[in-house]
Amino acid sequence: MACLLEAPLRISVLSEVTATSRHYVDRLFDPDPQNVLQGVIDMKNAVIGNNRQKANLIVLGAVPRLLYLLQQSSSSLELRTECAVVLGSLAMGTENNIKSLVDCHIIPALLQGLLCSDLIFIEACLRCLRTVFISPVTPVQLLYTDPTVIPHLMSLLSLSQHTQEYITQIFAHCCKTPEHQTVLFNHGAIQNIAPLLISPSYKVRMQALKCFSVLAYENAQVSMTLVNVLVDGEQLSQVFVRMMQRDKPIEMQLTAAKCLTYMCRAGAIRTDDNCIVLKTLPCLVRMCSKERLLEERVEGAETLAYLMEPDIELQRIASVTDHLVSMLADYFKYPSSVSAITDIKREKGDAFYSIILYCKCSLDHDLKHAHELRQAAFKLYASLGSNDEDIRKKITETENMMDRIVSGLSESSIKVRLAAVRCLHSLSRSVQQLRTSFHDHAVWKPLMKLLQNAPDEVLVMASSTLCNLLLEFSPSKEPILESGVIELLCSLTQSDSPALRVNGIWALMNMAFQADQKVKVEIVQALGTEQLFRLLSDPDTNVLMKTLGLLRNLLSTRPDMSSHGKQIMQAVTLILEGEHSIEVKEQTLCILANIADGNTAKELIMTNDDMLQKIKYYMGHSNVKLQLAATFCISNLIWNEEDGSQERQDKLREMGFVDILHKLTQASDPNLCDRAKKAMQQYLA
Amino acid sequence: MQCNICSVLSKMAELGAGSLLTGDPAFNYQEHELNERLKRLYPAVNEEETPLPRSWSPKDKYSYIGLSQNNLRVHYKGHGKNHKDAASVRATHPIPAACGIYYFEVKIVSKGRDGYMGIGLSAQGVNMNRLPGWDKHSYGYHGDDGHSFCSSGTGQPYGPTFTTGDVIGCCVNLINNTCFYTKNGHTLSFCPCLSFQPNLYPTVGLQTPGEIVDANFGQQPFVFDIEDYMSEWRAKIHSMIARFPIGERLGDWQAVLQNMVSSYLVHHGYCATAMTFARATETMIQEDQTSIKNRQRIQKLVLAGRVGEAIDATQQLYPGLLEHDPNLLFMLKCRQFVEMVNGTDSEVRCFSARSPKSQDSYPGSPNLSPRHGATNAHLHNTGADSPTCSNGVTPTNKNKSHNKYTGVSSASSSPSSSPSSVNYSESNSTDSTKSQPHSATSNQETSDSEMEIEAEHYSNGVTESSTRIMNGTYKHQEILQADDNSVDDSCSSRQLCGGNQAATERMIQFGRELQALSEQLCRQYGKNATHKKMLQDAFSLLAYSDPWNCPVGQQLDPMQREAICSALNSAILESQNLPKQPPLMLALGQATECVQLMAKVRSGSCSFARVDNFLH
Repeated sequence: MACLLEAPLRISVLSEVTATSRHYVDRLFDPDPQNVLQGVIDMKNAVIGNNRQKANLIVLGAVPRLLYLLQQSSSSLELRTECAVVLGSLAMGTENNIKSLVDCHIIPALLQGLLCSDLIFIEACLRCLRTVFISPVTPVQLLYTDPTVIPHLMSLLSLSQHTQEYITQIFAHCCKTPEHQTVLFNHGAIQNIAPLLISPSYKVRMQALKCFSVLAYENAQVSMTLVNVLVDGEQLSQVFVRMMQRDKPIEMQLTAAKCLTYMCRAGAIRTDDNCIVLKTLPCLVRMCSKERLLEERVEGAETLAYLMEPDIELQRIASVTDHLVSMLADYFKYPSSVSAITDIKREKGDAFYSIILYCKCSLDHDLKHAHELRQAAFKLYASLGSNDEDIRKKITETENMMDRIVSGLSESSIKVRLAAVRCLHSLSRSVQQLRTSFHDHAVWKPLMKLLQNAPDEVLVMASSTLCNLLLEFSPSKEPILESGVIELLCSLTQSDSPALRVNGIWALMNMAFQADQKVKVEIVQALGTEQLFRLLSDPDTNVLMKTLGLLRNLLSTRPDMSSHGKQIMQAVTLILEGEHSIEVKEQTLCILANIADGNTAKELIMTNDDMLQKIKYYMGHSNVKLQLAATFCISNLIWNEEDGSQERQDKLREMGFVDILHKLTQASDPNLCDRAKKAMQQYLA
Repeated sequence: MQCNICSVLSKMAELGAGSLLTGDPAFNYQEHELNERLKRLYPAVNEEETPLPRSWSPKDKYSYIGLSQNNLRVHYKGHGKNHKDAASVRATHPIPAACGIYYFEVKIVSKGRDGYMGIGLSAQGVNMNRLPGWDKHSYGYHGDDGHSFCSSGTGQPYGPTFTTGDVIGCCVNLINNTCFYTKNGHTLSFCPCLSFQPNLYPTVGLQTPGEIVDANFGQQPFVFDIEDYMSEWRAKIHSMIARFPIGERLGDWQAVLQNMVSSYLVHHGYCATAMTFARATETMIQEDQTSIKNRQRIQKLVLAGRVGEAIDATQQLYPGLLEHDPNLLFMLKCRQFVEMVNGTDSEVRCFSARSPKSQDSYPGSPNLSPRHGATNAHLHNTGADSPTCSNGVTPTNKNKSHNKYTGVSSASSSPSSSPSSVNYSESNSTDSTKSQPHSATSNQETSDSEMEIEAEHYSNGVTESSTRIMNGTYKHQEILQADDNSVDDSCSSRQLCGGNQAATERMIQFGRELQALSEQLCRQYGKNATHKKMLQDAFSLLAYSDPWNCPVGQQLDPMQREAICSALNSAILESQNLPKQPPLMLALGQATECVQLMAKVRSGSCSFARVDNFLH
């Protein structure tokens, strides 16, 4: 409660304490080693549990001196050990203490100390290192700068339960990236740590377990190795299953469930394995229950969301286990904002203010968890509803669910917004929900707001959701159009992120589907032909496909090609000549067919012999889809009721299309056969 | 009715496929597994009072229900036109409260026409022409809509629907009075029913033709890991007990506990241990040391099978005690007779005994550790209740030459293979006067650490013991004198009264005296069935050529000495105005009784608060 101290008082206290602290530091410089030792011991007793004293000693420069004494080989072992203990005690203080210690290069000094042969000294160094490394302010990279450190720590694992506990705790906290995982893995982390899972010490078992959870996370190599590890003749996965038993401490159950989840997601355990279906999943659902602590509920929900994300069967099981869907609704019953009263003007010595401030402190804690809880619940809902229509229905029918998503979309915490939009995206895959609840709750409004100025990860999700909302059967399509979304989508297509480009063009494509000419013109104008052609040569196939789709939709109803006809034809030629997949070419031929349907546009093809040869080629292609699309194109060109059909028919007959059509009437594919016959009838009529 | 039976039989024939015969080994195996599993799941249930459900009841069912496969398979045989054709069956017994947590599973073999299966619970007397859950005191989870019915015709949305191939479980938690169902091993959250009445029966209901379900009351492993669920509650209740608040009274509790330990030690005569404990904890011992030692001496005599000497010692040290308690005296005499048959009582042993040789008089020392009733006899018996250890009566070692070496080192289980024990026995026979070190060795081998302390005490006993003992008929030295030979003899041959003719005559004479005593008691106090039975049992030993291997041979087991030993000890204590039971045992007994009482008043937590769980 230091925040309650009045400023002048604080200074006076500090000066008073400094005097005594100075004395402690002075004694470290005593010429008599015995006095120094006694000084360090006294200092140790003085700093225990006294954060102010710790801060003072650091300010007065005790740390470099202690480190010097610790490193001196002339110092007695006892003195060096006591120094390490005092440093460990200092590290237990505030984050600022840790920063100061790290700035004084405590880490290399302590790591150096580990080379000593005395166990007590090693343990003291490790204890201090542990405290420093588990602090969020310490850069974990410091553990990996010297390549000899990790193998040495591995070798110290056999010394005692204390070394095991501290080292595994350091590993568990400092393994943050795939590179870290690889370094630890290559130095035999698995073989060295696995036996610790059956250590008699609970702390060692727990830290070892945590190590495996961070090692296995999204790491196929580690996960694959883990499944084959035996601990005392038992498979590791079975050891984890035992650790998930309901009478084990919650922390252990949860961490073991994480290990199995990560191994499963990394492909080392099948999703239909009993240890996942009957053990891990129910364990994680239990972690979401009201009886658990807020932190546990958050972790449980996030892990469960991750576990079942790719598997519909797990989603179905989870959706009926322990009423998970309604259990998650409880995650929203925590305060979402602090009352404005905490912002009242502060008056000196105001007791009322102190109380408010105190309340705010505890509320802040709840508030932080409230955000975490909400985002975890959204994530889990997103995962639950990603495939099964019934589950989506169940979710949207949960009390106030849509309202919660809507308000989640505009929450201050970016994590919550992202999770809410993920949830919305997952639910937007349901035709029924798009037609009903999405429209009823006008979700498009906050979604549109979210799209302005959001970070990329939110944008990807939000724009993807928007794509679904713009589907032609979605009642939200109209209001979204009216809100001027086209500009926004066009700007997305210029993004550096392929995902955003796809979503932008995809949304435009959906928008253009069976749209009014007015909308189509708007799209073309907003996008600009230049950008359109840029997208047609996009390195990302998805972008190309959706752009072609957009073109196809734009050209679907008797297009007027007067403005961009030439360029479009050029683009089409380019794609048909290029190295593209069947799908891309099919889409292109469909565009061509649409062009062939327009009055003026027909001429663009008919006058382009090169293009006609290409169509001819595709009619004889081995792929039925391409044959069909090309036949469509021809069929549109020779359609009777239109002006100049006779000339076109004649020209095409000369080019040998009739023979091909005749051949296609014998095709084995019924669609193709049918299409060819219809085209032939145009000649006969 | 006849028609019904016919159809049942035909159904049984078609569904049962021959596995119905009770003599079927597969069935017996299943029965065995069932018993094992039920014992493991519900250890607190006393099946003699409250049997567990093991099958559906052929009596407690609607006529549209057919049973087969040992009354585990249920099929529907009504018309199934509408809900009026619903039919249920209950299990043979209600769920005992002592289960704490009860679980059974039902596999849907076929959903039949419409799949209107209901799984659940109901009380005795609830209409069987209904699905479980529709009526008062009835609860059910229904397959067609996945709803839960709690004593009401309208269900509440609860879980998924279920159909052919699904396994539905029903778990009743009698600790917090909740219930939940499972589907294919997954829990479906607590069912919304708020109150459960006691004595519910597992129940299934069917409603349309073709519906068939199989029950699993523990015949097979459950799909749901019920033991894991139970372990959570066991941990919960154990931590509740461990964290029971004692508030301010911490000091009182410690004093009470110390008193309990101390009085227990005193009661059983662990004099030295008791003194050490009292010194360490700074507590007082009520009884004086001499008295403790006297009692201990008498106890040791009884446990060594030397009942005659024990009677004499009692009469000497506590004059009037046995005279005022003819029942006890009679019991002792009966035991003495048995010991004569056994060849251990001094009245017969003196015939075969030569000179006393060793102090090592209690080869059968397993008996020295007290027993706490039958419940945990096993805990103490390990290693002690094998015949090898009891006075060297070794049924497996009939070989004389072998026994010569093994008789004394009773506690070593395989004497022939243990060189140390062989050496020891040899040295004992050649140099038997050097008894002191041997006695120590022997005591180490008896694996009873308390003995070690006591034995040391005895070795000093002569010098430090009070005059009263010195004046007594039996000095320590004498009491501790046992001769290996006699033990050897008795065990090697295992003959009546050690095979000695004179001894046998003495025994017969003693039997006559006993008979006379019985008659006298009968005249004095009226008939006593217990006495008569005791006498008969004792005498009938003589009717067999090998009393040790006869239907009443159990009496010869040294273990049998314990009951009479503790009765005598209690009587002595009572005569000294001391509690005849140590408070520790009283507390233990009370706790056990309380737990049993909890089961009777339907407090489910009793099943996880068992006293044995706390005795290690």
